[in-house]
Amino acid sequence: MNVEQFLYHEARLLDLQQFEAWLELFTDDATYWLPLERDQKDPLETSSIIHDDRTLLELRVKQARHPRAHARQPLARTVHQVGNVMVLSELDSDIRVASTLHLTEFRSEKQRVWGALVEHRLRRAGDSFRIAHKRVDLVNSEGELDGIAILF
Amino acid sequence: MAANEELAMRVQPDRVHRSVYADPAIFELEMERIFGRAWLVLGHESQAKHPGDYFTTRMGREPVVVIRKDNGEIGVLVNRCAHRGSMVCAEGRGNTERFVCPYHGWSYDRAGALQAVPFASGYDKSKLPSGLKAVPRVSLYRGFIFASLSPQGEDLETFLGPARASLDDFVDRAPGGELEVAGGVFKHAYNGNWKLMLENHLDGAHPAWVHASSVAVARGAPEPGRPGEEHYYDIAVRQMRQNGAPESVWEAIGMWTTPHGHGYMGDYHSDDRLVAGMGNPVFDEYRKKLIERVGEKEADRILRVTLWNTILYPNCSFMSQFRQLRIIHPVAVDRSVVYTYSFRMKDAPPQMFRDTVAFANVVNGTGSWVLTDDLEVYERIQGGLSSGALDWVYIGRGHGRDIDESEGLRRGATGTSEIFIRAQFAAWLRYMSQ
Repeated sequence: MNVEQFLYHEARLLDLQQFEAWLELFTDDATYWLPLERDQKDPLETSSIIHDDRTLLELRVKQARHPRAHARQPLARTVHQVGNVMVLSELDSDIRVASTLHLTEFRSEKQRVWGALVEHRLRRAGDSFRIAHKRVDLVNSEGELDGIAILF
Repeated sequence: MAANEELAMRVQPDRVHRSVYADPAIFELEMERIFGRAWLVLGHESQAKHPGDYFTTRMGREPVVVIRKDNGEIGVLVNRCAHRGSMVCAEGRGNTERFVCPYHGWSYDRAGALQAVPFASGYDKSKLPSGLKAVPRVSLYRGFIFASLSPQGEDLETFLGPARASLDDFVDRAPGGELEVAGGVFKHAYNGNWKLMLENHLDGAHPAWVHASSVAVARGAPEPGRPGEEHYYDIAVRQMRQNGAPESVWEAIGMWTTPHGHGYMGDYHSDDRLVAGMGNPVFDEYRKKLIERVGEKEADRILRVTLWNTILYPNCSFMSQFRQLRIIHPVAVDRSVVYTYSFRMKDAPPQMFRDTVAFANVVNGTGSWVLTDDLEVYERIQGGLSSGALDWVYIGRGHGRDIDESEGLRRGATGTSEIFIRAQFAAWLRYMSQ
């Protein structure tokens, strides 16, 4: 599988709501990050919309399946449209990949559209990859936003 | 609009009429009579440290600029050109010598005084306004900036009353005696009335239901590390589990209200539950620094204060122990925006602020496990109350068993009493009937 196919595969797992399979794409030391601020350097001393280690990301997936997860059940339907895929650098086993994400979300009679610059740090694993780091910079991260209960 | 008698009929001792959440005409009146009169929290002086530092915000729906003036005082200006009404300052923050209107170039100094007017010969000078409208009353309490759109009214200390204890606790905990806004601002919105947030923050009966899913997943999570062996996820797991405390814990919590509609909880959180307490090296270092400044006796007194969520009615909610403050901006009867600020304690160990940031992300961030369920429920309440099939909203939990204490403080019979909602509506009715 090449890098581009892998990103499409990842997006499709989310759109098919196969969150557990999506979670398996992440390495044990992975981080998943939606910064709050533009060009945010630091996830520890500045807030983030989401900043999860692998343990927290797993809790996020489990919450989505809980029958009383009021903001998540029923799950939103989504389309993750991945574009502009570019390999930025390839150092040892780590591949830095930039892409854009256009996401349409629908739930409870409310449709929302998101745009984001995305960066993955991928590690080769057999003929595929695992995600060591994923950063999603929403273009409206600093705006006034309704609650976010989907995965990007 | 509604005569005062009619307003009073909608707010009864143990129930309120649904229209107070759903009627746009009532909302308009609230903006005029509550947000136009009460002291509102605008922010903290660390957001405007030096002359010319400013930030924009709203008082109810009025756009305002908070600025450090040349004389060192904090000024609050209505963000509206005296000429044709454009906002003279773009939304955001920065430092400026003057405000120049983007429309016709009228300029104003840092105190809002009109400085220059292009095409000046076209105006009758005696008719030119003196400057931007200044918000008539501005006052600080321990670094927190308050303002009122009304020229008359009681002073800030009277307004705060016993709720000063909560702000004192917030500041006293800083070893350096000061707080600083830091770490970014969450801005979240929901399709619901502004009061729904204030009625939720002291509600000890909701977490078991609203937050059932995050409690459940946190219970299944790996155990938080022992002192000195913490993980990044510990704060999240601890906090989400805390929401699943048994009924007996919630009932035993202290719940106090003031005659101005403020309220706070006591004894819900203690430091040892939050940071694994004494024996935690970071907490020990923090306590040592606090002792260096105030002495051991005073440090112990400060750390024994366990006031938790505090509501300053009508626009603020904060948690001193996690150093977080939220300001609510009503937008419409069924739309509200909330700004969430984190605070760094001067001279505290850096890890304390990282805990504050992690807490904000987990509990009150826009993408959190916890807040998102609250927002969903606010929207469902608004949906339910938009129906005219039933008139009344019941707020009678613990009614008739409230306990009067000194200084106007009133304590709920149990920690889950709805006394704080009744106190908010008593204040509501007083503002609305003036």
